[in-house]
Amino acid sequence: MAVAEKTPEVAAVPAATRRKRSFRPRYPVWLTAPSLLYYTVFFLGPMAILVAFSLATQQGFGSLRYGFDTSQYRQVTSSLYLTIFERTLLMAAVGTLLTIAVGYPVAYWMARYLSTYKMLALLLIVVPFWTSFLIRTYALKIILDPHGYLAQDLGINVLYTKYAVGVGLVYNYLPLFILPVFASLERMDWTLIEAATDLGARPFTAFREITLRLTLPGVVTGGLLVFIPMTGEYIIPNILGGGNYEFVGNVIGDQFNQAQNQPFGSALSIGLMAALSVFVIAYILVATKEEQFGA
Amino acid sequence: MRRRRLTAKHGFTAWAVVVYAFLFLPILVMALFAFNKPSAAALAGFHGSNICSLPPDQIGNITVWNGFTSCWFSAGLHDPTFIPAIVVSLQIAAEAAVVSTVLGLCAALALARMKPRLRAPFDALVYLTLVVPEIVIAVASLIFFVQVRNNFHAFPSLGKATILIGQVVFNASVAMLIIRARFVGMGDVLEEAAYDLGSGPLATFRQVTLPRLMPAIVAAALLSFTFSFDDYVLPAFTNGTTNTWPIVLYSAVRFGLTPAVNALATIMLGVTLAAVVVTAVILRRSRVRVGPGQVTAPGLDAALGLR
Repeated sequence: MAVAEKTPEVAAVPAATRRKRSFRPRYPVWLTAPSLLYYTVFFLGPMAILVAFSLATQQGFGSLRYGFDTSQYRQVTSSLYLTIFERTLLMAAVGTLLTIAVGYPVAYWMARYLSTYKMLALLLIVVPFWTSFLIRTYALKIILDPHGYLAQDLGINVLYTKYAVGVGLVYNYLPLFILPVFASLERMDWTLIEAATDLGARPFTAFREITLRLTLPGVVTGGLLVFIPMTGEYIIPNILGGGNYEFVGNVIGDQFNQAQNQPFGSALSIGLMAALSVFVIAYILVATKEEQFGA
Repeated sequence: MRRRRLTAKHGFTAWAVVVYAFLFLPILVMALFAFNKPSAAALAGFHGSNICSLPPDQIGNITVWNGFTSCWFSAGLHDPTFIPAIVVSLQIAAEAAVVSTVLGLCAALALARMKPRLRAPFDALVYLTLVVPEIVIAVASLIFFVQVRNNFHAFPSLGKATILIGQVVFNASVAMLIIRARFVGMGDVLEEAAYDLGSGPLATFRQVTLPRLMPAIVAAALLSFTFSFDDYVLPAFTNGTTNTWPIVLYSAVRFGLTPAVNALATIMLGVTLAAVVVTAVILRRSRVRVGPGQVTAPGLDAALGLR
């Protein structure tokens, strides 16, 4: 099969520019079978049963009857739960924008001004990324504790409010944003800035017209990379919001832990995925469009 | 002109210092408070010999500095719930790392050189496992495991096995992406040379491909291990009666805790820090030469999430 495919290809290209290849290493397609099987059973399987549950009818405590009951979805779109969806998406959006505002200058600083200590600065960003999410959230909780120094001496008493949740989002997801943006800044050709300033552009204009434009794809990717997990966040609203500021993820968890209303929890899960897919699809459309126009 | 450049640089440096302080101050404070005594009021009413044997509800305010003690470390290391949970977590994480890396390696080898049209559906599935929120995967896995167990009694009941099964989905995807990034970056020139010199497919894989993929394989395994070890959300729903370290840590954080938690967390941080440094050194040493004079470290890029 490989030979039949290669012959016209070689004929089409002039012999001088293309070295004749004796072999094209390829691994058998069946190597994907184990993971494909695994994903099908243990990922698509649970997803399918989630859909089935969301359309089932709750009968008493814990037992249910499969069918095509859309009442759970009607409840998801009721004003009470739409408020929670709205709050989650708004909070994730604000968290993402704050992360960009805090993180972009740091990535810029590393790429533009550091040389000897660049690796060390990068490593210091990676360390929190590799340390336990729970431990970092707990560390933040100690600082924000109402009996701690921040609350008692500086009057900043925000634990169990939306402000604590916001700080927690930025704190935990900052490294995840800085890394890809640093990568795109690292590929920047800084001589372009020199050329622009030599031709009379003010530094900020040069930044806006060149640096920002060239790194925008990286910023959008990094933004989405933190926006997605922020929207599905469960730990931060629980520990730093103390149940006063629940995300959709917490409400889903409650349906399985306390309320035992699994069909409703399943419908909420599907709703959360639907809300997220809007952003992911928008991103894919923008990304492919950019590729087409070579931006 | 020159002065302006300098001030901009100073501004950025100052901001970076603030951000690094924001990232590290809470962690340092937590480590410091692992050495904190119970409050003076709590100690006044205490007559035992070991002040770290005070229960959580009697130690008073421990978010301000009360004095130095190191007894929380031994209290933490002798705690009847923490240590078994850490052992369970280490075991699951090791298994998850091995299974995920093997699955990811197999898929990466085949996918890297597959036709894009064939590859696209598989890629979509992989990205889906990374995009779906973990809480959704957790509750879906929970109802799936319960249903399967009800119908096939050979399937394991909720516990270590189901935690492992759930975690491998996400980790295999991460491992596949890391290994594939390096495999693509390596090119196929050396493999071709091995074939030309008469080496068979298996010998080529063992002697040429596998050694060169090793840094990415190690990075993938370490990352899977870390993700699995730290994971709270999925085990919280699929654990049955098994307690993992994040689960006991979480309940300690929510309902009453002593600085013994800080002590154990500090030990964990030290271990992680050492692992990160070792990984960085391994990956730096194994930079791949892609073209003439062009040196990159795809394994490191991938491990940092840059690809």
